[in-house]
Parts: sequence; structure tokens; C-alpha cells
Amino acid sequence: MGAPGADAPALSLAGVTRSFRVGGRTITALDRVDLKIPAARVTGLIGPDGAGKTTLMRLAAGLLRPDSGAIRALGIDVVADPLEAQSALGYMPQRFGLYEDLSVQENLDFYADLQGLPEAQRPPRYEQLLHMTGLGPFTRRLAGRLSGGMKQKLGLACTLVNPPRLLLLDEPTVGVDPVSRRELWQIVYRLVREERMSVLLSTAYLDEAERCDEVVLLHKGALLGQGRPDAFSAPMQGRTWRVAAEGAGKRRLQQRLGALPGVIDALIDGEAVRVVMAQPAAQPPAVLQAAGAGVPVEAVPPRFEDAFIARLKSAREAGRAVEATHARPPAATGADTVIEVRDVYRRFGDFVAVKGVSFAVRRGEIFGLLGANGAGKSTTFRMLCGLLPSSAGKLTVAGHDLRHAAAKARGRLGYMAQRFSLYANLTVAENLRFFASSYGLDGAARAERIRWALETFELAPYADGNSGDLPLGFKQRLAFAAALMHEPDILFLDEPTSGVDPLARREFWERTNALAESGVTVLVTTHFMDEANYCDRLVIMAEGEVLAFGTPAEMKQRFRTPGNPHPTMEDAFIGLIEARAMRHEPAA
Amino acid sequence: MNRRPEARGGARTRLRGMVRKEFLQILRDPSSIAIAFVMPVVLLFLFGYGVSLDAKDVPLALVADHPDTNTSGLLRAFEHSDYFTPYHYADIQTAMQALRTQQVDGIVWLREDFSRRLLSSADAPIGVIVNGVNANQARITEGYIQGAWQSWLEHYAAAQGRELEAPVMVEPRVWFNAALYSRHFLVPGLIAVIMTLIGALLTSLVIAREWERGTMEALMVTPIRIREILLGKLIPYFILGMGGMLLTVVLARWQFEVPLRGSFLLLLLASALFMLVALGMGLLISIVSKNQFVAGQIAIIVTFLPAFILSGFIFDIGSMPAPVQFITHLVPARYFVSIVQTLFLAGDIWPVLLPNAGALALMAAVFFALVRRRASKRLD
Repeated sequence: MGAPGADAPALSLAGVTRSFRVGGRTITALDRVDLKIPAARVTGLIGPDGAGKTTLMRLAAGLLRPDSGAIRALGIDVVADPLEAQSALGYMPQRFGLYEDLSVQENLDFYADLQGLPEAQRPPRYEQLLHMTGLGPFTRRLAGRLSGGMKQKLGLACTLVNPPRLLLLDEPTVGVDPVSRRELWQIVYRLVREERMSVLLSTAYLDEAERCDEVVLLHKGALLGQGRPDAFSAPMQGRTWRVAAEGAGKRRLQQRLGALPGVIDALIDGEAVRVVMAQPAAQPPAVLQAAGAGVPVEAVPPRFEDAFIARLKSAREAGRAVEATHARPPAATGADTVIEVRDVYRRFGDFVAVKGVSFAVRRGEIFGLLGANGAGKSTTFRMLCGLLPSSAGKLTVAGHDLRHAAAKARGRLGYMAQRFSLYANLTVAENLRFFASSYGLDGAARAERIRWALETFELAPYADGNSGDLPLGFKQRLAFAAALMHEPDILFLDEPTSGVDPLARREFWERTNALAESGVTVLVTTHFMDEANYCDRLVIMAEGEVLAFGTPAEMKQRFRTPGNPHPTMEDAFIGLIEARAMRHEPAA
Repeated sequence: MNRRPEARGGARTRLRGMVRKEFLQILRDPSSIAIAFVMPVVLLFLFGYGVSLDAKDVPLALVADHPDTNTSGLLRAFEHSDYFTPYHYADIQTAMQALRTQQVDGIVWLREDFSRRLLSSADAPIGVIVNGVNANQARITEGYIQGAWQSWLEHYAAAQGRELEAPVMVEPRVWFNAALYSRHFLVPGLIAVIMTLIGALLTSLVIAREWERGTMEALMVTPIRIREILLGKLIPYFILGMGGMLLTVVLARWQFEVPLRGSFLLLLLASALFMLVALGMGLLISIVSKNQFVAGQIAIIVTFLPAFILSGFIFDIGSMPAPVQFITHLVPARYFVSIVQTLFLAGDIWPVLLPNAGALALMAAVFFALVRRRASKRLD
């Protein structure tokens, strides 16, 4: 076949370092990275936010020049001849690179022109791509009017118009609903199988590691390891256990198990708590059985995520108790239903973002709004915070009708906005002081709350640093602390864990659980399906509608089959979306 | 071996793709249409009809302390003038009150001794008070009053059979714009403003938008060359800018009846040259700023406002303070406004056209050299 042998790597990096100057500081995004990406395989580039994934992708695509080191893609020296490399590889940036005011067909034509696909080869290639992505019926639709999943598939099709030998995909699955995510993976497998394409795909979702032939693990700019996914989880053999829990008790059980000696990680997993131990054992460890108080403890196969957490967490002290409760318990007066949403609509011009949504949230529960980007979660949220009036329907928060008493309702609730709205050029302490003052705290009461926040959220060492310079996980803590300054009875958290690494996510949920245990009502939106298991009850939304309402167990129960006795939240979600598609588009 | 199959004439195909995409985007984006088509027309009609630097129908208070045939003769001269709308007041106090409340912009006051002095010396002074809040308007009004008074005195003297005994008589002749219509120099000058709008503001905005939406990153990883990206942006906006210029010329010539005394071909060439300068500025701004808001602000402050204020389009450069006059030499629109106003109102005056065109050519060369040096297919 081609000149480079079949065993030659599709992409290789040797001693690649790249740093950026941000403000007055130098940040090393990649630090002496050596790696080889095999040809005709799917390689996953895995790492939390800020690990250096995008920098690596851009270096490989010739968009950035390394400070030192060599990069070769398909045998071409990318540093010396980026144009030559760019005519051989395909790259899809995080935001797909689509022209939203051009139609699907016009986007394809444009990229065909740029990639120099000869006219004669276009019609069959278009047909193939449109078939593969399922975009055939929408060629005349403007790209901006496509759903998130369809945009992503079109972005991929545009990258593939003139088939590249090496395909670089930068976080193609972020914020995309599980159905589209699954379809994307099918396309990628097909490309590798049928066109012998080499694919490097970056992701922050650890569960996607298992779908790759090979995994490159990146953390803080350094290569942590490379190998087959099961090679990572092999050392975890005999260290992973599942402790069953009954109903709402699972959060308390998780807390208890997490504090035990020898436990590295305790995570709610479906209707049980999944525990990772420091040492392997043939029999269920006695400490777990004691803590479970008679409930069954069974061995489970290790996952990639276990290996990841074990590698990162061993450096930190385990079993640290994090308490983020209020100084005074929330007032337990009034009715049991704290938030009520009845037949709420929200229109933006012709577009209906929220269509007849109804649900009710009880005091002291963690209530989830689950859905992909564009499902209407954030719009619903903003209406509940009184930031956006509804077009129709009734919204009540803590007994106040939001149409008449939005300000009164706001005084009772804490809000943590998407992407953590903090003042980047104020210090941590200044941010806390500002948010405390904006809720009417002053003098000794304010000083006390700031002290509490710095201590509880372990922010004291950073108190005088600019909040803009904090790592994302710490920004999230600060935003969380700011939302709690006035000890609200109701907490609204909008995508609190988006982009945050798995360790910070675990900490966040520990704190949220503790708050809920103390009686605070928590309403949270997320697009992480596994986080839905932390909720007492939830609604699943898609395109502005509520698809299902209930406890996580109830939802999963509906999709239980003999072939799949333990359906995950993702299975339930996909099942619901498919059922909806059937309803809306009866077989033609 | 590693390259993908490629069409022959790849560069031409890529460029064609870029240009076609750009036109589709312009047509589908309301804000591009607003800047490229709506703004020029609004500006044209605003400056063609709305803004006038001439004094016309100035409300004027007329006060005669001692009305007689002489005073009514002079006052009639004001009444018949196109420039004034006269109002009669019985005494100076009420007239002053009217000036204060802005019912009138000026007062002509014939005192008690007007007729006596007229008979004795044929040089009867009149009292003139003008509202000086708008200095430009005040000066023009004052001039018109002076003119009306002078000509009445001449008539009076002639009627009496005597020569007017004035030391020097000024006989003004205005060239090129004999009627002194401000529209005649404003409308051609607008070409410079409109082309700056399209070349610098619109171009820098659309490129910044590609950065913001992440499409630039995807574009850069294709085999396209940087010069093809630049040309792909230049060609559509060059055509659009020239379209705006033609529209202005057509409206100027036939809607606002501005004479075009010079050659149309020269106008076309000079405009093309200026368009290149404007595009060079637009591209340079978009390289410096990758955010639409910042790009828009820079384009407005660095290109659009100077084209408006410092180009001689409205405000005479000769009457600006020396440091500001110096700054105007850095404003490309200054050279172009001078060319357009000359071509429209005076004709092919080579000694004016050549140095200005030379300055524009130099600026275009400098901007493009900077763009070529700063632009690269890298993100760092």
C-alpha cells in the first residue's frame, strides 16, 4: 500500500513541549510528551479539562508550533511543513467549524472545494457521507437550524469530504446527547474498519476510554500512560466492589463507605455504591460488610475510571470528611412542595424552548433536570430563578409566585450559574465579600460566613489570589461557596460539573449530598447521565419537553430486559429518546 | 503518496469556494446587509436631504423703533430674501425675549435715529444680534444680514441718484459650487465614508466572527494557503465596496443632481485604490482582534470616525488647529475625499489628483505588507 509501512505510527510526538503566557505567568500545556498513535486504530486521548488535549490536537494539525520536540503525521514533518500535513489529515475542532448560515449541502461544497476533491468524485462521496450521518433528508437546511447532534455529524462529514488518512477529533462528544454520541462512535468504527483511517479522539468522559482500541492518558500536560484500556484497569482487579443500597439510603451509605480506611473511592452507581479499595482481596473486605450492615457485597469488574481515580487519588489523603452544612438548619415551615412548575411554556420568537413542562420538588430532595444541550434545561432554570419570565404557565418557588414576587423568591435561593459566574479579576476573598454583601450580609455576620467558606471549601490558601487564575475545580468550589453565603433553603445548580475533572466532581457531590441531608432543597441540571443517580427524583428533557419524571430506579426499571438486567441511566435515556422519535415520526 | 486525491487547479477551486461562501453569507446575514446596503442609503439620504450647512429660512426678528418709509423699505428687503423668515416685533425687549426662547435666531434693530442718519450721511448703522450658540450658523446669518443691508443701501443710493460712499466694495465670485450648495460637496464625500464602512468595518467584523464561531480553526487545517484566505475575503468585499461607490455616484448624479465634471474612469480608478486601502485596514484589524466587539470598536474609532471628521468631508481641514491638521495626513479618507470632491465639482485637475492618489497607493502598499507579514495559518 502506501510508502510508510503498515506498522508505522500515524502520528508521533517526540519530546514535545508547549507553553503559553497567560497574564504574567507561563503555563506549560504540554511537558515533554512522547507518544505514538498507531495506524488504522481508534486512539482515545483522555484527560480532564486543562490536561492539554486541545493543545496536542492543534500541534498535530500544524496550527501551533511546539517550543521543542518533533511531530510527524503520516510520515510528514508537521513542524517544518504544516501545509503538506494539512492536505493529508482531517481535523474537527471542538466547535465543529460549521458555517451556520450555510445549508448542509453548501457546507459540504465549501469543504470539498477547500480540500480539493475533484468534481467527478463528489456526488458518490456526498451520498456516502449523507447516508452515514443520516443527514440525507436535510441537505437544504441551514446548519444553524440543525440539532446539536446533527451539527456534530455534519462537522464530521465536512472533515471527511476528501477522506483523510488521519482524523483528529477534539472532544466531539461534549454536550451531545447519548443517542448522537452512540451514532458518532459507530461512524468512527466504520471509518477505521472500512477506510482504514487512523483516528485520534479526545474526550473528558472516562467511560469512553473503554470504546477505544488504545488510550493515551494525559494529566496536567504530562503523559500518564498509554496502552489498551484493559491494561489500565488490570491492576485494579480484585479491588472493586459493589455494595447494594436501598432507595434514598444510598447517599448516606456512600458517605459512610467513603470514610472507611483502605477505601480509595466510593461512588453511587445505579442503586448501589461502587467501592475501590487500596488493596486487592479475594473475598469481600470485612470493613465493607460491616459498614453495609448485612447488605450483599459483590465483586465487580474494574473500569477505566477506577484506574484513573486510583492513580490520581493515591497522592491525596483519602476518606476526608467534607461538611458544607449551614450554621442553622433550614426552616421547616410551610408546605412540603418547595418548587412547583405547572404547564410552563417559553417561546423565543418562533422557537419554543420549553413546551408544557410540569414537575414538583419536595423539601430536602436533590432534584435533577437531565438532558442534552438544547433540551430546555437552562431556560427552565432561568425561569425558576426569576431571570426570565415564562410565556405561559405557573412557577412557584418557596410559596412565591414568580410572576409577582420574583425578588422575594430569589432571597430564599442560592444560584450557581453555568461556567461559574465569578469576577475573574477579584480575589477569592473579594468575590466572597461581594456575594455576601449582595445578599445583604454585613459586619460580623459577613466576616463569619467568609471565614466559614474559606475553611469549608479549603480556599484559604488561595484567598488573596485572583479567582480568574484558579484551576477550574477551585473555581467551581468558589462559585459553590458564593451561592451558599446567605444560607439559602433552596439551591439551584446549573451544570455544576461541566468540564470539571472526576476528582472535583466527586467532591462536589459529597458537599451537595451533605447539604441535602441537612434539609436544603437542591435543583441541579446535568448532561452527565451517571450523575442522575445522585438525584432523589428527576425529569428527563428533550427538545423542550419532559420525557419522564420519577426516581432514577423507576426510570431504569422501565428499560430492564433479560439481556440487560442492570440498565444504566444512559440506556434509559436512549430508550426514552427512541420511544419519542417513534411517536413523532411513525414509520413512513 | 500521502496526499489525498486533489483536483487540478486546486488553488482556483479553493478560492472559488471561499468567494462563493462569502457571498452566500453576506446575503443571509442581516447585519452584513445592514452595513453593506442599508447604511449607505440611509447616509446618502441623510446627508443629501437632512444635513445642510447652508442658512435658509432663518427666523429673524425685525424691530423698528420709529417706523417710517425708510425703515419699512429696508425691512421689506429682509422679507423678500430667501434666507430669512421675518417676524416683526414692536420693541427690542420682546425681540430679545424671542431670541432667548429660540423663537428667532437673530434680530435686526433699526434705532430711532435710523432715518435721520440715513438722510444726513447715507450710512445708517443697524443693530444686529445673532444667536451665537451655533457659531457656524451665526457667522452665515450675520453675513447674509450684512449682504441684505449693503444691497439695500446701494439701491437706496441709486434711487437718490448718488454713489454709495463706501471705501471698498467686495464683489464675491464663487467657483465650482456657485450656488454654495453644501449637498454638492457632502454627497461625493460620502463615497469615502461608505467605502470605509464596507472595507474596514464589515471586513473586520466578518473575519472576527469566523474566529469567534471557531470556523477559522477548521478553515486553517484544510490545505488552503493563507494568501487564498486573504484573497477570498478581499474579492467579495472589494466588489461590495465598489457597488456601494457606484450606488452613491448614481444617486449623487441623478437624485441629488451633483455635477460630475471630471472623468468617470478616473473616479473608478481612484475608488478602487481607496477600496484597497480600506480593505487593508480591515484585514489588519481582524488580525489584531479576534473578537467582533473589539474589531468593531477599533474599526469605528480608527477608520470610520476619522473618515467622517478628519477627512475634510464635513469639516474644513484648513481651519483645524495645526496638530489636528497633521493627524489628518494619516487618514486615508482625507486624500480620497479631496480626489472625489475635485472630480465631481472641478474636473480632472491633475496637480490635485496625482499627489493624493500617490498617498493612497503608498498607504495600500504599507497595509498589505503588514497584513502579509502578520497573517499566518497558525493560532499562536
